[in-house]
Amino acid sequence: MSSAVATEPRRQTGVAVEQVVRRFGDRVVLDHLDLTIADEELVILLGPSGCGKSTLLRLLAGLDRPDGGRVEVPARRAIVFQSDRLLPWQRVLRNVTLGLHGPDADQRARDVLAEVGLSGRAKAWPKELSGGEAQRVSLARALVSEPELVLLDEPFAALDAITRLRMHDLVRALRTRHHAAMLLVTHDVDEAIALADRIVVMSNGRIGTSHDVHLPAADREVSVAREELRARLLEDLGLASQH
Amino acid sequence: MTELSLKAPAVSESPDTGTTSAREREVFLPRDARRRTPISTLRERLRWPLGIYTTPVAILIAWEVLARAGVLAKTYAPAPTSIVKSAADLWQQGVLGPDLAISLQRAGTGLAIGLTVGVSTGVLGGLLRSGEYLFNGLVQVLNTIPLLAVLPLMIVWFGIDELTKVLLISFGAGVPMYLNLFAAIRGVDQRLIEMARTTGAGTWRLVTRVLVSGALPGFLVGLRFSLAYSVLGLVAAETVNADKGLGFLITQGQTYLQTNQVFVGLVIYSLLGLLADQFVRALERVLLRWRPSYEAS
Repeated sequence: MSSAVATEPRRQTGVAVEQVVRRFGDRVVLDHLDLTIADEELVILLGPSGCGKSTLLRLLAGLDRPDGGRVEVPARRAIVFQSDRLLPWQRVLRNVTLGLHGPDADQRARDVLAEVGLSGRAKAWPKELSGGEAQRVSLARALVSEPELVLLDEPFAALDAITRLRMHDLVRALRTRHHAAMLLVTHDVDEAIALADRIVVMSNGRIGTSHDVHLPAADREVSVAREELRARLLEDLGLASQH
Repeated sequence: MTELSLKAPAVSESPDTGTTSAREREVFLPRDARRRTPISTLRERLRWPLGIYTTPVAILIAWEVLARAGVLAKTYAPAPTSIVKSAADLWQQGVLGPDLAISLQRAGTGLAIGLTVGVSTGVLGGLLRSGEYLFNGLVQVLNTIPLLAVLPLMIVWFGIDELTKVLLISFGAGVPMYLNLFAAIRGVDQRLIEMARTTGAGTWRLVTRVLVSGALPGFLVGLRFSLAYSVLGLVAAETVNADKGLGFLITQGQTYLQTNQVFVGLVIYSLLGLLADQFVRALERVLLRWRPSYEAS
C-alpha cells in the first residue's frame, strides 16, 4: 500500500474512499469503510451522533489522515462547518474572499453573496449577523472558489426549523448554479430526504445501507414513497421499533 | 403496552391566589417611555458630567481648598494652581520646553527600539516553534528581573549617557510587548486556523488575516503596558543621572527644596501616562470595532 502507485490518482472526478480505518486509541471509529461519490452527486451521510460521521468528513477534507486505507478527493474542495467559523475581525466580504486571489476576487465574492441573499451585507461585521445569515456567509465562502467537492458538517443543526427549511431551498437553488459533488453530514432524517440524491447510513464504522432517492421535489414533502423511505431510514438507524 | 402512571403534582389552592401581593411582576417599557421632565433630563445630564475624570477633578479641588486653607504646607504640597503657575514660569524661563523635548525624544527613541524588537520577536515566537524556542525562555527570564535593578548594570556597561537611558526604556517597552503578543497569537482560535487552511488561503493570508488580526486585542494590551513601562524607565533613567530632561528638573527641585518644580515634573509624567492611555483607547475604538464588547451601565 505504501508504494508510489498508491499516491497516484485513479479517477478523474468525485470521491473514492477505500477500506479506510481510523482509530482513536483502542476505539475503532472507521472500520474499513468504503464510499464513492459521483461527480455532481449530493450524498447525505446519516447516522446517530458519535458514529464517526464527522471523522469521515474530516478525512475527506484532509484535516486528518487515515490510519489505513486510501482517500481520494478533488484538490478543489470546501467545507461548511457546523458553526459558521467566520473571522470576527473581518467584514463579511473579506471573510468570503479569504481563500480567493486575483483582481476579480471582490466581485466574485459579491456575486456569491447575492446568490445566498446577502447582497447588502458585504460590509457588515460577523457580530451583526443572525445565525442563519452567518451560516449563509460560510456557505458563500465555501462556494466562491468554485470547488469540485463541498463537504457540509451538520451545517444547519444549530438553526431554527424555519431557517433550516429556507437553507434547504437555498442549497437546492445553489446546486443548479454550482456543479459540485456534495457530502452533507446530518442526523436529521427529514433533512436527508429533502436534499439527497443518495442517502447512506453509517453503522459500526462502515456504510451500512445506501438508498437512491429519485423523488421529485413535491414528493419529498408529502408522498407515500417519502414515508416508506423515512420508515426504512429509521429502521436502518435502529429506531424503527419505537414507531 | 406498559401503563405509565405519572402522578400529577398535587395543586393545593393557596388561599391568597388572586390577590396581587403574592406574585411579583415586572413590566418593561422603552427607556424614553418614562415621563421626561426638564428636571429628570437635567439630572441625567448632571449625573456624571466629567466621566472618568470625576475622581481626579474631585481630588484636585479638595487639594486646592486644603492648600488655600493652610492645612497643607507649601513645601509639602503646593496648591494645584500654584503648580500650574510654576509650570508657566519655568516655560517662560526657557527651562521646561527643552527639558520636555529631550525627555520625549528619549522616550520616543526607547519606545521605537523596544516596540520594534518586541513586536518582531513576538510575531516570530508566536508563529514559529523555533521562534518560541529562541526567544521565549530568554524573555521569561528578563521579565522576572525588575527594571530598576538593571539600571546599575546598564550604567556599568553603557555609561551614564543617552544610550543607557534609551536602552532602559526600550527594555521596559519590549518585554511586555513580546509576552502579550506571543500569548495573543498562540491564543487565536484553532478552529478558525483550521477553517482558513481549508479555504485554500496561503500562509501569507493565514498570517495576516487570521493570526495577526486575531492577535490585535493582545497587541493593544501589550502596547498599554509598553507605554506605561517606558514612562517608568524614563523616570528611573533620568532621576539617576541627567543634566537635562524632566528627571533633572525634579532632582534640581528636590535639591533646592523647590517643591513646586518637583510637582511640575510629576504632573508632566502623569500627563504623559494619561495621553498614552487615551492613545491606546482611540486605537482600540478603531481597531476593535468588530468585537462585541461589554458596556457598563
